[in-house]
Amino acid sequence: MAVISRGFSGRRTPADAKLPPGQYLTTDFPVLSAGPTPHISLDRWELTIDDGSNVLKRWDWKSFRELPSETITTDLHCVTRWSKLGTSWEGVSLDVLLADLKTDLPYAMFRSYGDYTTNLPLKDVMNKQAWIAFKYAGADLEPEHGGPARLLVPHLYLWKSAKWVTGMTLMPHDKPGFWENLGYHIYGDPWQEQRYSNE
Amino acid sequence: MAGTAVLERVTWRAANVVAVRDETATARTLALAVCDWPGHVAGQHVDVRLTAPDGYSAVRSYSIASAPISDGRIEITVERLPNGEVSPYLTQEVMVGDELELRGPIGGWFVWRRDQTEPIQLLAGGSGIVPLMAMIRSRRSAGSSAPFRLLYSVREPEKVFYRDELRTLSNQGDSVVITYAYTRVTPNDWRRPAGRIDAPLIATGTWPSTLRPTSYVCGPTSFVEHATDLLIAAGHDRERIRTERFGATGERK
Amino acid sequence: MNAPMNYLDGNAAAGELSRVFAVDITSAKGQCANCGAKRRFAEAHLYSHCPGLVARCALCGHVLLRFANVRGRVFLDLSGMTYLRVDAPKQEEAPV
Repeated sequence: MAVISRGFSGRRTPADAKLPPGQYLTTDFPVLSAGPTPHISLDRWELTIDDGSNVLKRWDWKSFRELPSETITTDLHCVTRWSKLGTSWEGVSLDVLLADLKTDLPYAMFRSYGDYTTNLPLKDVMNKQAWIAFKYAGADLEPEHGGPARLLVPHLYLWKSAKWVTGMTLMPHDKPGFWENLGYHIYGDPWQEQRYSNE
Repeated sequence: MAGTAVLERVTWRAANVVAVRDETATARTLALAVCDWPGHVAGQHVDVRLTAPDGYSAVRSYSIASAPISDGRIEITVERLPNGEVSPYLTQEVMVGDELELRGPIGGWFVWRRDQTEPIQLLAGGSGIVPLMAMIRSRRSAGSSAPFRLLYSVREPEKVFYRDELRTLSNQGDSVVITYAYTRVTPNDWRRPAGRIDAPLIATGTWPSTLRPTSYVCGPTSFVEHATDLLIAAGHDRERIRTERFGATGERK
Repeated sequence: MNAPMNYLDGNAAAGELSRVFAVDITSAKGQCANCGAKRRFAEAHLYSHCPGLVARCALCGHVLLRFANVRGRVFLDLSGMTYLRVDAPKQEEAPV
């Protein structure tokens, strides 16, 4: 049994807001990363959608920024238990990126600069549920928070919102990405506290 | 059939705070009496775990500052970080009589053993002095005459840990040769202007590579990378340089 | 460039890894499966601000080891190292 440390409460603040189970509220914005922060120059940045064999769509920074974007205010829930409420972003909806794309591949693996990957059902990034975000709190997204652009899928744990996103590969079957194949849940719904895999 | 059990080889032990001592305005040494302490080697660290009444816990690593002495007591020195979660508690809240949990001793590479006789070069950046001080204290308690030099880089004089002990040391014969480098504010009449360590300071303030010393570099990651690059440029063999990185802010997590 | 370097080293993983390894991991020598570099595990770049521990080759950045402590179970991926060489444990000194 753990020794209780007299007078210790950690960095948490009391939560009046409704949080997913096991989460606590934070006012700062912790930076978590499995590797060095990539520094990608905008003239080499690209975002692609492929099906494993063929590139289906590609944008460079200029063409990406010409797409219609929107502002989103949303809550973030990290599997390491912190939640940050009311964060504001600007990004291009995945509905815009996937428009005119006909596919019957139901899953996607998102890839980041560096070697990070994370998998999602395609339907979870459609219907106003996901964006490629390039601004946070009104300013250009900083590299340590995933800039120039990151995936934002707020209805799932934040590890699914891949930083430094560079593409998505459509897949016929679900395959685990970086954390999903190290004990983390394949889907990751914070409201059902799906932190870990059941194996 | 049961799955493979995770071995609790390094178990959490209760530790009682028996003394506290301020090193600087922001750093404090805690003396801990540890249940069933197995002893340690200079350079090793402990993981300290704090648990709130609702079960929330935080773990941080702290280098052992004291020499290996078999009385079941160790010391750690904690620097209070402005946005720290654990260090403000350990440096301001903790009182004599409080109980902590710790795990250790941990580490087998970044250690100095008393049977080592080769020249030793210690390079400390800020709170990186802590495990190196354990090595200096270990050398003294063992009566070792291994040649030791310390290069201690620190922001300003008020940030020096163990100041009196280091001053006493450098006044003794057969002692540790100490060179200080101040990066932001220097003492009055200090020759070298404030700044990071550099090649000329390595040339005058550390053992030459021809002596083939073993070097121990400890501090924030940026200090460790910079100091290691300087040692290699001065001809030291990479395999003879041992490093331990603290976080960019100095906290080991 | 003075960018904050957001990694530690293999020493910082030793406490968690002691739950799985019977020997000290920091002095073990590992070969990177990507670039072939042979280095002490203590010298690996360790990323610990994430849902687990990720150790990367100091030379090429390839992931050497991944560790996650998940509800009391430990997941360990060593596929980034061709081998890990562990020497016979040194006789620990008796305290004075």
